[in-house]
Amino acid sequence: MSAAATALTGKSAERFRFWDSPIGKKAVMAATGFILFGFVTGHMLGNLQIYLGPEKLDAYAEFLQQTKGLLWGARITLLICVALHVTAAIQLALLQKKARPQAYVKKTSAGSSYASRTMYWSGPILLAFIVFHLLHFTTGQAHPDFQHGAVYRNVVTGFQSAPASLFYIVAMLLLGAHLYHGIWSMFQSVGINHPKYTPVFKKLAALMAAVLVGGNVSIPVAVMTGLIR
Amino acid sequence: MKLDARIPSGPIEKKWEKCRFDMKLVNPANKRKFSVIVVGTGLAGGSAAATMGELGYNVKAFCFQDSPRRAHSIAAQGGINAAKNYQNDGDSIYRLFYDTVKGGDFRAREANVYRLAEISVNIIDQCVAQGVPFAREYGGLLANRSFGGAQVSRTFYARGQTGQQLLLGCYQALERQVQAGRVTMYARHEMLELIVIGGKARGIVTRNLVTGKIESHIADAVVLATGGYGNVFYLSTNAKGSNTTAIWRAHRKGALFANPCFTQIHPTCIPVSGDYQSKLTLMSESLRNDGRIWVPVQKGDKRKPSQIPEGERDYYLERRYPSFGNLVPRDVASRAAKGACDEGRGVGETGLGVYLDFGDAIRRLGKGVVAERYGNLFEMYERITGEDPYTVPMRIFPAIHYTMGGLWVDYRLMSTIPGLFVIGEANFSDHGANRLGASALMQGLADGYFVLPYTIGDYLANTKLDMVDASHAEARQAEADANGQVKKLLGIGGKRTVDSFHREMGKMMWDECGMSRNAKGLEKAIGRIAELEQEFWKNVTVTGAGEELNQSLEKAGRLADFFELAQLMCRDAKERNESCGGHFREEFQTPEGEAMRNDDDYCYAAAWEYKGPGKKHELHREALSFEYVHLAQRSYK
Amino acid sequence: MKLTLHIWRQKNASSPGKMVRYETDANEHMSFLEMLDVLNEGLIAKGEEPVAFDHDCREGICGSCGFVINGVAHGPLPSTTVCQLHMRHFKDGDELYLEPWRAAAFPVIKDLVVDRSAFDRIIAAGGYISVSTGSAVDANALPVRKKDSDMAMDAAQCIGCGACVAACPNASASLFLSAKMSHLGLLPQGQPERMERALNMVAAANEGLFGSCTNIGECEAVCPKGIRLEFIARMNRDFLKAAWTFRQERVESD
Repeated sequence: MSAAATALTGKSAERFRFWDSPIGKKAVMAATGFILFGFVTGHMLGNLQIYLGPEKLDAYAEFLQQTKGLLWGARITLLICVALHVTAAIQLALLQKKARPQAYVKKTSAGSSYASRTMYWSGPILLAFIVFHLLHFTTGQAHPDFQHGAVYRNVVTGFQSAPASLFYIVAMLLLGAHLYHGIWSMFQSVGINHPKYTPVFKKLAALMAAVLVGGNVSIPVAVMTGLIR
Repeated sequence: MKLDARIPSGPIEKKWEKCRFDMKLVNPANKRKFSVIVVGTGLAGGSAAATMGELGYNVKAFCFQDSPRRAHSIAAQGGINAAKNYQNDGDSIYRLFYDTVKGGDFRAREANVYRLAEISVNIIDQCVAQGVPFAREYGGLLANRSFGGAQVSRTFYARGQTGQQLLLGCYQALERQVQAGRVTMYARHEMLELIVIGGKARGIVTRNLVTGKIESHIADAVVLATGGYGNVFYLSTNAKGSNTTAIWRAHRKGALFANPCFTQIHPTCIPVSGDYQSKLTLMSESLRNDGRIWVPVQKGDKRKPSQIPEGERDYYLERRYPSFGNLVPRDVASRAAKGACDEGRGVGETGLGVYLDFGDAIRRLGKGVVAERYGNLFEMYERITGEDPYTVPMRIFPAIHYTMGGLWVDYRLMSTIPGLFVIGEANFSDHGANRLGASALMQGLADGYFVLPYTIGDYLANTKLDMVDASHAEARQAEADANGQVKKLLGIGGKRTVDSFHREMGKMMWDECGMSRNAKGLEKAIGRIAELEQEFWKNVTVTGAGEELNQSLEKAGRLADFFELAQLMCRDAKERNESCGGHFREEFQTPEGEAMRNDDDYCYAAAWEYKGPGKKHELHREALSFEYVHLAQRSYK
Repeated sequence: MKLTLHIWRQKNASSPGKMVRYETDANEHMSFLEMLDVLNEGLIAKGEEPVAFDHDCREGICGSCGFVINGVAHGPLPSTTVCQLHMRHFKDGDELYLEPWRAAAFPVIKDLVVDRSAFDRIIAAGGYISVSTGSAVDANALPVRKKDSDMAMDAAQCIGCGACVAACPNASASLFLSAKMSHLGLLPQGQPERMERALNMVAAANEGLFGSCTNIGECEAVCPKGIRLEFIARMNRDFLKAAWTFRQERVESD
């Protein structure tokens, strides 16, 4: 019997399953991240209908409200994704604390992106943003003058508050950073890295992040500057 | 003392086979009852420990580094020879044997060398199976390159990191046995004494380099695989930690030390740049395949190499040795470089260097091919010197690299102390007075994988071993000696640092017992080193305490043994009134300045016996006979 | 050139350490370790304890040396261990902070010396091909595509210095692990144990208190041997596949 077999049939294999390993957790983060990224993209495309006028946007919202299966299916999926994504992130962050108990007196980055090093920060802020966003535009508690069904109106009145708009803009920039690292990182986490394609992925990641930030930030900016009223 | 090399009878092709058949085997169930200590985890020690673990012995392996993977075998660059004849260029076991005996200038034991050549083919098989990523051709088969001292391509290589890859292969095999519980690994442990009980080697005393704890380890046999002693010169290509303590302590306990003066100077090293220099960096000899060595024709020519026209360059190796050219053996190439510098034609600021020029190779093959072959060496050179070898010729100078001498062993790799086996560079057996390139890796692995694991079984099967433990009086005495030495070193409280003593002695050794030697200089060196040794014991300063990680203390202990060894080396060099291989005595040279051997009087291995502190060593001679490769003057012309 | 050094001094594993300031002289041809040798000679002459640091071959291949210089493992020059880093890359008046590798998996033994035996345990867990001496077939019996062999060699170059762990904000050993797994996994000889190797080595890394890889890339930037993130992706692939397809082996009696 080989030594490898000894190790495997011993405690390691019993205890060591997919989720127990950081690699498994990262794969889960990649998969959930991919779904969330897809949602964010679709969400932005939907939002951009604001430029087509109140009728289009409100009709789109109405359509979503009518198709309950799709709506709740998406909501549940997203909730599960967020829960898994956040749980894995928290566990990995705790592992990090354990793995480096003593910090360097002086630490300099030798070649990584700012975005990649700040995932542990951009993540929680984005989570806080999502909660605010739901209270703001979905349930209305954080909105000064919320009316059910009047999506266009809610957006315009919501973004007329400068602090709210500013928070949106900052959050979107963070989302951009999070995705800039996240989009190529999810390929890496599930084992896709090739000298020919990875640089392309990285460029695409930057492009997608920029498009998402641009598209989403344009709305509060348009409201603030009076383009949309 | 009578030296019996125990060489099997019969034709040379059958000796090893006969020996293996004659050896008694240990029943598999009994192997686990035997314990073996292996000191050193380089290619020889690591492979021996792994293989003995696989066979079922209880192995304890020791190394002073923090991991067995760091042993200095890792730094070997060029390659490993094997008589595979994959290139169909006329190679054979017999030719490798012939080349090695001739390359060693007829001071090696024929039977050992033949066995080495025979086993060389198994080594490559074993390493490939372990996953060593040797260079390959596009067809997927193994690639070969040629090397100094041979006219066939028989060297297998893994870029410029062959030693690393072979060592990692054997380290991984070793770790597999650690996991399986057959080998217990003691890293950061240094052997300070050998324990001899009832005339047999039964254990070692070690110092735990982290805690300072000194303790005894008892076993049924002890294997020393602790490498060479090139650091006696202070500046060498050896790792900073490489030392002689293990073999020297064994020598003091009765193991004869053979041919201590046979040291190898490697021709392609980066020249010294200043007094603070801590070590020399070697660049693979494989560079000589495509690089051309030259110096200016004019003495003291201070022009830049690019400004010296072709006609004013002296490609002295190609001129003097037309058939081997830049691929002459190491000793010849080194001495020729020294000669050119002695004539005042050396290059660089110090005048101690010659050019190794890739201009022609780049023109012929293109920069890409040269980069593929030597890229990592070029990068290393540039990192150290700040010069780009693609545009400016490299400057090289010889440096101490390998020691052919070591503890005397018989055909079965056992020293004159029963139960004490010595393998790899630590023994003296296979390279004679000069080692060919790509042969050290071969010998280390041959000894460790394929020779020792058999021969040690025969010893264990044939020997009555009493039950002993660490409370035995001899073990306690050895422990007390080790403790005493540590206390003594810490208690001197002098003014000079260990390194300053080491540097001074190293310089003396390089000047008088280095690339060329003479009786007067050697006599002088013996006296001066003895004086320096005395001063060391009165005036060295070792900071810190014994019960902690204390690098000054480690260095001091090693230097103490180097002092004794250095004197023996000079004595051996003085005694050997001939020039052979790496040992060049100025008094014995041909009119053209080539080495002049004296086979009538010196065709022997000089094995020195320690007679006690302050007493003179006694010389024993193992006569060497050459039945297959006939004694002849080496010629590479 | 004159340098101001701030060096982490720590007597042993159980005592706390602190940064201590030293002034020293250097010349541009020295290696970084030779600069420290000179500092140490001066300290010994004053009766002070020299700074302990691991080093051996001083050729950049044994993997013994390494510490963090101004926040970067092995210092500012890419693809270079500290022993090969020469002082010409610094300038007069520079202020340098020298710290040991910091990771729970690499406890400090003294000053800049750390215990990296966790790496040995990872290799012992499966970083090998199980082939006992003497059982090999002829070396050319199994051709290996040159491309695979070259890439295996790229991965096999890892010197086990630990800089990847030191530089990783998560103190992850992924680059080290993946280098060995890729080396063996790219070769036909390494296939039979490929899945078990992935599971066992990753499990050993977890037991060794290493952190998780979050694809940051600091490891790749400091690696003296140019080991690439690509290998981590290979490891992820192998591990994920192994974790999904793993079946408990029947324990055979020996």
